[in-house]
Formats: sequence, C-alpha cells, structure tokens
Amino acid sequence: MGSQHLDFTANVTEALADRQLRANFKSALTGLMKKRVAVLPNAEEIERMRDDAEAAKRNALAKLPELLERLERKCTENGIIVHWAETTAEANDIILGIMRSHDATKLVKGKSMVSEEMHLNHFLETHGIEALETDLGEFIIQLNHEPPSHIIVPAVHKNRQQVGRIFADNLEGIPYTDVVEELNAIARKTLREKFRTGHVGLSGVNFAVAETGTLVLVENEGNGRMCTTVPPVHVAVMGLEKVVESLSDLPPLLRLLTASATGQLVTTYVNCITSPRKEGERDGPKEIHLVILDNGRSRMLADAQLRRTLQCIRCGTCLNHCPVYIRIGGHAYGSVYPGPIGKILTPQIDGLAEKGVLATASSLCNACEEVCPVRIPIPGIIRRMRTEAYDEKDDGVVKGHGAKKNLLETLVWKGWELTYRIPALNRFVVSMLGKFGDKLPNVGPLKAWTSVRTAPRFAPKSLHQLAKEEGIRHE
Amino acid sequence: MSSTARDRIFARLHAARTTVSPYVPRGGSWQAPMLDKDQRIELLKKRMETVRSEVHVVPEAEWPAKLLEVLKAREPQTMAYGHDAWFGGTLRSKVKGKGLPKLVPYGENVEAFRDELFGIDVGITSTLGGIAENGTLIVWPTPQEPRLLSLVPTVHIALLKADTIYSTLAEAMREMRWAENMPTNALLISGPSKTADIEMTLAFGVHGPKEVIVLVLD
Repeated sequence: MGSQHLDFTANVTEALADRQLRANFKSALTGLMKKRVAVLPNAEEIERMRDDAEAAKRNALAKLPELLERLERKCTENGIIVHWAETTAEANDIILGIMRSHDATKLVKGKSMVSEEMHLNHFLETHGIEALETDLGEFIIQLNHEPPSHIIVPAVHKNRQQVGRIFADNLEGIPYTDVVEELNAIARKTLREKFRTGHVGLSGVNFAVAETGTLVLVENEGNGRMCTTVPPVHVAVMGLEKVVESLSDLPPLLRLLTASATGQLVTTYVNCITSPRKEGERDGPKEIHLVILDNGRSRMLADAQLRRTLQCIRCGTCLNHCPVYIRIGGHAYGSVYPGPIGKILTPQIDGLAEKGVLATASSLCNACEEVCPVRIPIPGIIRRMRTEAYDEKDDGVVKGHGAKKNLLETLVWKGWELTYRIPALNRFVVSMLGKFGDKLPNVGPLKAWTSVRTAPRFAPKSLHQLAKEEGIRHE
Repeated sequence: MSSTARDRIFARLHAARTTVSPYVPRGGSWQAPMLDKDQRIELLKKRMETVRSEVHVVPEAEWPAKLLEVLKAREPQTMAYGHDAWFGGTLRSKVKGKGLPKLVPYGENVEAFRDELFGIDVGITSTLGGIAENGTLIVWPTPQEPRLLSLVPTVHIALLKADTIYSTLAEAMREMRWAENMPTNALLISGPSKTADIEMTLAFGVHGPKEVIVLVLD
C-alpha cells in the first residue's frame, strides 16, 4: 500500500466480486448511519451545531500560524516538548530519536491516522522496535498484516469468524472462538500485559487547544488512556490542522465528532492532557512529546477552496454514507484515507499522478457534504481534483496537476466547444450523429463506457429539426 | 544557518494567508438547555445508565451504607483508593469485615505500584462534578487520587456530589474556569470501557473497567 502503484480499477473489480466483504460493510455502515440519526437532535438544532463546529475550524484555519505558535508556546510552558516535521520521514525520525534516547524497544500505540499516514509501525520495525496497536480493531488487522479499511472502525471488513481465526493463528495458546465477548476478553488479557510493560506510549490528537496547550483525545476502549498514562514517555502525533483556538470551541466539536463517528452522545473517555507528571503526582508520563506534521497541509492552506479539506475532524461519517465506499470498502482505495475525504485528501498529499484516479470514484451524489459535521464541500473539491488532473487552463496548484492531460481528450473537448460555437458546424455534426451515431466503432473509451452501460441511441432527427417541421418559429 | 522544518512550515503558513481572504462564518448559536437540579440528576442518571453505568442517588449521610451494599454484592478482594481523599477516613472505618475488600492506598509512584495495581479489583475516586447533557463524570486526578485509579482496576466506583452536576460541558468549563486552571490531566468519563470493533457488537470492559458505579450524594 501507500507509495506502491495503485491499480484502482483492478481493486474495485476485485472488491465488488467479494460478497462477504460487501455484506460486512453494508451491515456495519447501515448500523452506523442509523445510530447517527438516533443520537442527533432535530434538523434545526443540528444546523446550529454545524454552524458552530464549522466556524471553530474555519476560524482556526484563518489564524493557523498564530494559533500554532500559541500552541507551541503554551505546550512548552506546560513542559510538553514540541517537534515540527515537514514530511512523514522527518516525523518518523523524530519518534525513532525519542525511542533511542530512552533505550526503548516497545511502543504501545493508541489509534492514530497520522501514524498510519507516516507508516510508522513498519518504519520502527525495520529499526528493531516493536510498535503494537492496542485499539481492538487496529490490533486485529495488525495481527493479520493489513492496513485499516475505515478510519474509525479499522477492522469493519472482518466478521467474527475471521477475527477468531486471526487470533487463533497469531496468538500463542489461543483456541478458535467466534464469540465476541470471548474475543474481547482475549484482547484484554493480551494487551493489558503490554500496557504494563510498554516503554513509550503513542497517541494521536483529536483537538489541540492553543489557549491552554491541551491535547484532547476521545476514545471508548481505554487503551488511549493506558498508552498516555502508564508508560513513562508519551508521544502524541498530529497534523497541523488539528489546532483550535480555545476550550469553548470544544463542546460543539466533541458533540458532532462522536455523533457522526459512532452515533454516541459522548465517548467513554474524553482525555485532556496538559502537562507531564508534576512534582508530587504519582502517575502519568514524566515526558510528553508533541510531533506536529505538515506533509502537504500548509500547501492546501494557500487556496480558498482546497483549505477547506483541512477542516476535517476525521469522524468518518462521509465514508459511512458514500454509495461507492459502502460497495467497495476501504482497501480498494489503496490509501490511508479512503472514501470521500480520501478522494480529496489523498491526491493533495500524494499527488494527482499517483492518486488522482480516486476522485473519479464518485457519482457526485452530495451525500458526504450533506452529513459532514463541519460542512466540507467535498463534491466541489472532487470536481476540482478532476479538473486539475487535466489542467486545461494550465493554472493548477495541486501536486501533479495536469498529470492526465492528453492530446485525444484535449482535441475532443476543443471539438465539443467549437461545435457549440459555430452554428454551421453544429448542424453538420448533429445531422452526422443522427445518421451514423449508432454505428460508431466499439473501441477505446467507447468500449470502456459501454462495458457496463447501454449505449445511448441517437435520434434520427434533432430537436431543432423536429420543431422546425412542426412549424414552431420561436422555439 | 540552514532553515529548520519549523521555519519552512511557518513560511508557507504565513504566505498562505496573503492569498486567501480571512472569511469566517459566525458560530456561537448552539447551546444545550439549562436544567434545574432535579432534572440534572435525573438526566445524568439516565444518560450514564444508557452506556451501562450503575447510578445510585443517595442522601449524603447514607453513602457509606450504599457503598457496603454495592461491595457485598460483588465481593471483591481488593480496593485501591487515595489515602488522603476526602472520604479516606470513612473508608478505613467502614470497609472492614466479611465480604468486604482489603483497602490498598495508592501511596507510591506508579513505577513501584504498577504491578500490584494491575491485579486490583476496585478503584474508588472522588469526582469534581458531573455533566447532565452527555452523562459524564468530571475527574481531575490529583497527587492524592492518581489517574490510574479510575482506569486500571476492574470496577470503578465514583462519588459525585449532586450540587456539582452541571447542565452542559460549556457551563462546566465556564463555571470551573477550565481555561485558567487546566490540570495535568482532565477527564470526562461516561461509563465502563467499551468497544464495538468486532461486527459493531457492543461489548464492555475491553481494556479499562468492566463496571462503573456512581454514588450521587444528594
């Protein structure tokens, strides 16, 4: 995955043929959609919450450099060590350096999408460090050497029988079971031992509050609290868009995040971390590091439309509501961030040459924009990705803009334009299509288009012509 | 001197603001309803019970009796607590005898206490307050009552004074002046640890407590 070549069409074809996979996704995502509706109030109140959440994130983006400076200053005052990384490679090196400075070989991890973006586990393993996922879903797929297929429920593509086999095959002395309670108990026993003995704990960050230098993490399992409390060192990683201005921004953001993600009023734990262990305190890490990652984000900020990608709070609800994602699942996208948000985020991070194709997997049905808690105009940005991939006007800004530009398409669109500009040409083309349109050779793009669609039939006479024959003068 | 990653990131961030107008939509219109005291207790209880917490509302003087009842129903072997918590003395005088756990004070640094703590059955803590709107306990651990008391033992018992229950999170943040007083770690806790990572089937007690029991002292 990741930087490997993405054959999206092959992935989609394979996923669509996998009935088990489709059944697993459909059942899980339908449940999530229902739970979301059940926990949100009436439409009018939802819109007021969204007003607040959108304002909080757009305000933060409008003041991003000041807020990041303030966050850094407050964190430093509180005793948190702040690091900056332009690229994922730099962020990985920083974390390796922290591990080495403590002679640490065991990292226990809470769920973090940024660490997936960094491919941190693989990187650390090549340097002899065990990086263990402790969120149950992440733990399951790590045992099976798979990436997450959903940003909130990473093992959503597995059913209980598959999980039972993964445990039996990979954990010592564990017999097969497909009883969910027993599977959870196995994970509890295995992982509590790891929390007790881990050298360093790693977490993501849901919101970083500039006003107080506080890192806010939400979770249900308690593994996040374990990772950020039991080991003597805590490392938090975040994308630079996670900062918000003040604590008062949190209530609507938290409420919408958990409602959108899992249909909950609140998670089991909201964990607000402001400093390492102080004099006299009995537990908590003695050292906290915050790694702030750019990886293409500051470039998105410079464009009024693209910057709205950075409003994302990673709730995953656009995945749950996407007719394409529901049918193909997360792995087909071959990227850390799948689904609608992935279609706009991934091409901007990895470039249009490599990942621009993801933006084609949308019917622009607008479901994602309708449910987005912070109102990211995802379909509009998907169209922007498509336009920039061809970049006819040569004014693109996204990495790899113009990557799909080609002579055939340029000529076709030029022809289309001329046909509508020059009346004589229009009449000629329309009459030709009426006569020969149904006899076009079934090759190239026409063949691809008609492989799963019925080819349109051309009317022998155009509407203009019919109107004229009917004697309508001012059509 | 060569520029650092930080310099290069900030150069781009500052440059970006010159290209985009600073339009920001107006927020601040959403607020959950404010409730009176009885409504706050009732809603907190309802919300917490929905996520499988056990909530008992008892007159202030009767909480030790309720605690003993809760403990006797479970017969735990050990209970960790903060020696200097406001209720420490009461525990030491009341939690004695058959069917009641041995009291273990969290009196050392975690490095020395960790292995014992992971085997303890019950952790009991005070709370700074509660929030009715989302059914959570506000827990700010202290040197007297460390963070892991509410996480590692199999059962977490929390004492909550009814007059510290707020209607909303926003109100709690304002009234308690969070912005000026953020502690090392501030927690909201709504119930036992849970997961739905396998087939979206909800199960409790995955890493942290399997049970959360709240005594609301009215």
